[in-house]
Amino acid sequence: MSELQVEHVNVYYGTNHVLKDISMAIAPNTVTALIGPSGCGKSTFLRLFNRMNDLIDDFRYDGRILLQGQNIYASDVAVEELRKRVGMVFQRPNPFPKSIYDNVTYGLLLQGVRDRAVLDHAVEHSLRQAALWDEVKGDLRKSALALSGGQQQRLCIARVLAVAPHILLMDEPASALDPISTAKIEELIHELKQQYTILIVTHNMQQAGRVSDKTGFFNYGQLIEYDDTRTIFTQPHHEQTQNYITGRFG
Amino acid sequence: MNSMARNRLADRIFRVVGLLATLLGLLLLAIFLWGLLRTGLGRLSGQFLSSLPSRFPERAGIYTALLGTVWIMVLTALLAVPLGVAAGVYLEEYGRKRRWAALLEINITNLAGVPSVIYGLLGLEVFVRFLRLGSSVLAAASTLALLILPILIVATREAIRAVPRSLREASLALGATRWQTIWYQVLPASAGGILTGIILALSRAVGETAPLLVIGVLAYVPFAPSQPLDEFSALPVQIFNWISRPQHEFGVNAAAAIIVLLVITFGLNGVAIYLRNRWRQQLP
Repeated sequence: MSELQVEHVNVYYGTNHVLKDISMAIAPNTVTALIGPSGCGKSTFLRLFNRMNDLIDDFRYDGRILLQGQNIYASDVAVEELRKRVGMVFQRPNPFPKSIYDNVTYGLLLQGVRDRAVLDHAVEHSLRQAALWDEVKGDLRKSALALSGGQQQRLCIARVLAVAPHILLMDEPASALDPISTAKIEELIHELKQQYTILIVTHNMQQAGRVSDKTGFFNYGQLIEYDDTRTIFTQPHHEQTQNYITGRFG
Repeated sequence: MNSMARNRLADRIFRVVGLLATLLGLLLLAIFLWGLLRTGLGRLSGQFLSSLPSRFPERAGIYTALLGTVWIMVLTALLAVPLGVAAGVYLEEYGRKRRWAALLEINITNLAGVPSVIYGLLGLEVFVRFLRLGSSVLAAASTLALLILPILIVATREAIRAVPRSLREASLALGATRWQTIWYQVLPASAGGILTGIILALSRAVGETAPLLVIGVLAYVPFAPSQPLDEFSALPVQIFNWISRPQHEFGVNAAAAIIVLLVITFGLNGVAIYLRNRWRQQLP
């Protein structure tokens, strides 16, 4: 069974039709890369899964999105519960202006977890998962804003992992980082795939090729092609895809 | 003369005009302060601060008026701050896309421009007469609270609007409710701005005279207020009373009292500026 099932989804901002009849099935424990030129709708698509688009005033949609068989836009779904299961990492590192420790425990505190031992364990476990533990373990009380950009982004990943989601959404998680930090994040994505289902929006073709199992190419709000990453990069069926990945437009 | 030279000349002229305009304002303020200090500074003493009002100018002091001002400041803050901050948070975080919220917004902005004497009339009718509070500390504080409410609401909204969107998104994406996001992220991040707004609003309230006169605050009260329903005097009312007397000595007293009032407002503004600068440095 697929972890996520997208069925004939259309999205509108006011009268602007930004996603057109998208269907897609995503298997558990895979990395799916979403690529396409700026403004093609891939970020909007990503934000459907944790319902972040709900924050936009004139957002409308139709179609169905099933998470493990359950429609996430059904009226009885609590958005807060959904967002605990579907975590998100943003383009720019956005740690809270608090200590490293408090950043990681934030999601748990929201759920009412106050037990010191549980929190301590979650902090170490999540920071280890995000490959940040060794760099910060001596100084968990330090402000998160004092970390480097790459460290901040891994902290943001740790913060999401502490809530124990099933799915990770990543919106160009490395685009604001230097090459070394980027390599670390990619390595991390590879590790995390064992336990999570990951969707990643990226502008970097090499990155999509390196980290993902499947790739979806978007253009003008349509899903032009969705296939194994290897197929997309070696023998795409559509000329648009071919042109985009070889850098002829976009 | 080519256009480049002309532009440069215009630039230089504007700089001179701007400088003169700034200096004029500062000069007038300096003259005012100089006159005030020369007249009033000699009168300032422990005796002046701790004496009751009197019909003999050399024995009169501002003890009761000073305490009255402190009382209304604290009560006004207690009444206005929770209401103003809550209304600001509501309008910014919850009511933003509703049509009637837009209507409210226009009205609040207009309210901020209503002359203070009108608020005095409202206070007289509602608090003094209808609620039978008399010319008490509570009636005055309620009136001043209404007066500064629009300022507080606008300041709160501006401070909240300055909180980066990424912070809210980070919180919401971790499963926080809207209220949790406001409480744990938005309010702490905007606290500096809100506090600055509160202090500036209070420093405005402290100097208000017209509404207090309208609701009948007395100049001669021989005791300091001990509870909210007591009658009282306040510095601006005392100053107004002294200035309108014919004897020169009372004019000196008024100058001295004005110095005290200025110290209070400048002090409050200083704290506000300090907080604003600290808050700016903290923003990511």
